[in-house]
Amino acid sequence: MTSPQAPQSADGLLRPVLSECWDSPQSWTLATYRRFGGYRGLPKALAMPPDDVIALVKDSGLRGRGGAGFPTGMKWQFIPQGDGKPHYLVVNADESEPGTCKDMPLLYANPLSLIEGMAIAAYAIRCSHAFIYLRGETVPVLRRLHHAVQEAYEAGYLGENILGSGFDLDITVHAGAGAYICGEETALLDSLEGRRGQPRLRPPFPALEGLYACPTVVNNVESVASVPGILANGKEWFRGFGSEKSAGHGLFSLSGHVVRPGQYEGGLGITLRQLLEKAGGIRPGHRLKFWTPGGSSTPMLTEEHLDAPLDFEGMAGLGTMLGTRALQIFDETVCVVRAVTRWTEFYAHESCGKCTPCREGTYWLVQLLRDLEAGKGRMADLEKLDDICDNIFGKAFCALGDGATAPITSSLQHFRDEYEAHITGRGCPFDPAASTVWADEPSGAAG
Amino acid sequence: MTAETSGTAPEQAPVMLGIPSAPAPDFPPEVRARLDRDAESVLARYPQRRSALLPLLHLAQSEEGYVTPTGVKFAAEHAGVSTAEATAVATFYTMYRRKPSGDYQVGVCTNTLCAVMGGDAIFDALREHLGVGNGETTEDGKVTLEHIECNAACDYAPVLTVNWEFFDNQTVESAKALVDALRAGEEVSPTRGAPLCTFTDTARILAGFPDPRPGAVEAGGSGGAPSLTGLKAAKGEQA
Ligand SMILES: Cc1cc2nc3c(=O)[nH]c(=O)nc-3n(C[C@H](O)[C@H](O)[C@H](O)COP(=O)(O)O)c2cc1C
Ligand code: SF4
Ligand code: FES
Repeated sequence: MTSPQAPQSADGLLRPVLSECWDSPQSWTLATYRRFGGYRGLPKALAMPPDDVIALVKDSGLRGRGGAGFPTGMKWQFIPQGDGKPHYLVVNADESEPGTCKDMPLLYANPLSLIEGMAIAAYAIRCSHAFIYLRGETVPVLRRLHHAVQEAYEAGYLGENILGSGFDLDITVHAGAGAYICGEETALLDSLEGRRGQPRLRPPFPALEGLYACPTVVNNVESVASVPGILANGKEWFRGFGSEKSAGHGLFSLSGHVVRPGQYEGGLGITLRQLLEKAGGIRPGHRLKFWTPGGSSTPMLTEEHLDAPLDFEGMAGLGTMLGTRALQIFDETVCVVRAVTRWTEFYAHESCGKCTPCREGTYWLVQLLRDLEAGKGRMADLEKLDDICDNIFGKAFCALGDGATAPITSSLQHFRDEYEAHITGRGCPFDPAASTVWADEPSGAAG
Repeated sequence: MTAETSGTAPEQAPVMLGIPSAPAPDFPPEVRARLDRDAESVLARYPQRRSALLPLLHLAQSEEGYVTPTGVKFAAEHAGVSTAEATAVATFYTMYRRKPSGDYQVGVCTNTLCAVMGGDAIFDALREHLGVGNGETTEDGKVTLEHIECNAACDYAPVLTVNWEFFDNQTVESAKALVDALRAGEEVSPTRGAPLCTFTDTARILAGFPDPRPGAVEAGGSGGAPSLTGLKAAKGEQA
C-alpha cells in the first residue's frame, strides 16, 4: 500500500492502494507489507496526541466502507474519554451481504493493512483490546489473519509498549458461525458476547454502550485498513482520491456477466461505464440488463444509470445506495423475477425473527414470489408485494428488513412488465441455461 | 435464524416432545482433560467468559464432528452459561451441525449471482450424481451436500466450498470430478487456500487454533485472477 510509486492507469481512474501488493509473491507477509510502505503510519500516530489522530482521520473525509458511509473520524470522536471504562474496537469482517466480496480478498492478500489500521484506531480511541469478527465460512482468510497477528506481535507492533510508546494492544481474532445478521453491528456485539446474533435497541449506541456495555467502535475492514495510508501520506493525499463528499479510494467488486470480473480499486465516484471498460465489458454478444451498486440490499439499477458516479451522493440521488460497491452485473438472459425470488429467500432465511414485520413479511414475500416465478401468480399479487414491502420498510427493527424490500420494490419499478409476463404467460419466459458462464461455449461444458 | 420451512429431509433422531432428556454424558476423562486445556486457552483470549461460547462450540464440534449434547454441556460449563442458553446459541448459527455428517462438507453457493452463473445447475447435478438431497450425506460417509449462501467470492462465480475452502469458477464437470476425488480419498487442493483437512480439523482452526500444517498459510498464493485483475489493468498489463 501507498508506496511512493504506486501504479495507476493512464487515465488515473484505477489507483490500487490496498490492492497494490496483491500480485507480489507472499503478499500477506510483514516483509512484503513493509516493502510497500506498510507501518509508516503507526509510528506517526504514536507520536501524536490521540485526539489529533482522530481529527486527522475526520479531516481526511474517510467514510465507513461497510455500507452506510458514516464518517469514521466522527464515530471515533463519539467515544467518551476519561470515563474510566475499557474501550473496545471491533472490526466487522462478517462480509455476508450478497454480492459483497471485497474484504475477504483484502484480508487474504494483505491482512496487515488491517492490523496496522487497528493499532492506529485503538490508540486514537484509547483501547487496549480489539477484536476481529470474521465470518466463519472463510477458513483460508482465518489462517492469514492468525499469521498476520502473530507476525505483528513478534515484530513489536502488537502487545505491550508498542514501538516503545507505552501503548499496549491485544487483538483477538474471532470466527463467527454462520449468520448474515451478525454483520449488523449490534447483532455482531451480541454474538461476540456469546449470544444469538440479534440486533439491539438503539440508543444507547455502541459508542456509549457497546461490547460489555462499554464504549465501542465498530468499523468495517476496509475502513480501518484505509487508515494507515492517511497517517503515512496525509489527508490531502487521501482527498486526492474520490469526489468532494466521498473522499478516498475504494474497492469496486465486479461480478456476473462481465468479461473480467474482479476487484478494481480507485477513487470513489468512478462510473460503472468506466469500470466495465476496464473489465472488458459485458460478455460478448450480450447487453446489460440490471445491476446492484452495493449488494442485494441496495435498489437495483439499469443501463440508464451507467454514467452515475459511484459515490455516496451519486447513488443516493438515484434512490439507491453505494453500499459495499458490490457491482453484480446481470445481462439480458437473466430473469429478474428469479433473481429477486432467490434474494428474498435469503432474507427470509437470515431474518433473525426478532421483529414481526421482517419475520412474517419476508415469509409472505417468498410465498408470493415463488408462485409468481412459477407462473401461478395473479396481477393482484404485485400490489400485495408492494404492500408488504411498505409494511416492512422503515418499520422493521434493523436494516435487514429494509434491505429485504430493496430488490423487490426496485425491480417492480424497472421491470413490472416482466412480472406481468410471468402471470399472463403462466410461466417463466427465460431459459436459465442461457445465463450460465458456459452457455456460450461451443461444446456446452455443462455436460 | 428462523427454521427451515421448506421440505428438507427429516432429522435422523426422533423428536420427543414433553419428555425431559437425560443429562448429557461427559466426554471420557482423558478427552475431557485435553479439551479442558484447550478451553483454557480459548477463555484466555476474552475479557469475559461468555464471549468464548462460539469458539468453544467450534471446539466441541472439532472433537465429535457435530455439536452433541455432551459438546453443548462442555461449552456451557466453560462459558459459564446454562446448557439451555448454550443450546439456544448453538441452534441459531448454521455452521454448527446437529447430526453426524460427512468428512467433507460440499457447499454449493446458490445465492442469486452464483445460481444464475451456474450454481443451480451444479447443485442439481451433484444431487443427482451423489444421490443425496440438501443436507444429506453419501452412504460411504464421505460427502455431505449443502447449498450455501453468498460466500464473499462472487467474482469467482460459480463457487463451491469444501470444508469452507474455496473452489472457484466451477463447472458441472469439475464439481463432479471434485466429489469423486473426495470419495476416492485422493488429495484435493482448493483454488485458494490450503490442501483440504477434515471437517473436524477445520472446526479446530475456527475455534482459534492456527493450522499446524507446514505450508498451510502460504498455500494458495495471494489470490486468483479476479483478485488481481484491477491491479493488472492499472499497470497496463491487460488490454
Ligand atoms: C443485515 C446487515 C448486515 C451487515 N453486514 C455488514 C458486514 O458484513 N460488514 C460490515 O462492515 N458492515 C455490515 N453492516 C453494517 C454495519 O452494521 C455497520 O454499519 C458497519 O460495520 C460500520 O462500519 P463502517 O462505519 O466502517 O462502515 C451490516 C448491516 C446490516 C443491517
Ligand atoms: S428486521 Fe429482521 S433481522 Fe432485523 S431485527 Fe427484525 S427480524 Fe431481526
Ligand atoms: S453469490 Fe456465490 S459467492 Fe457471492
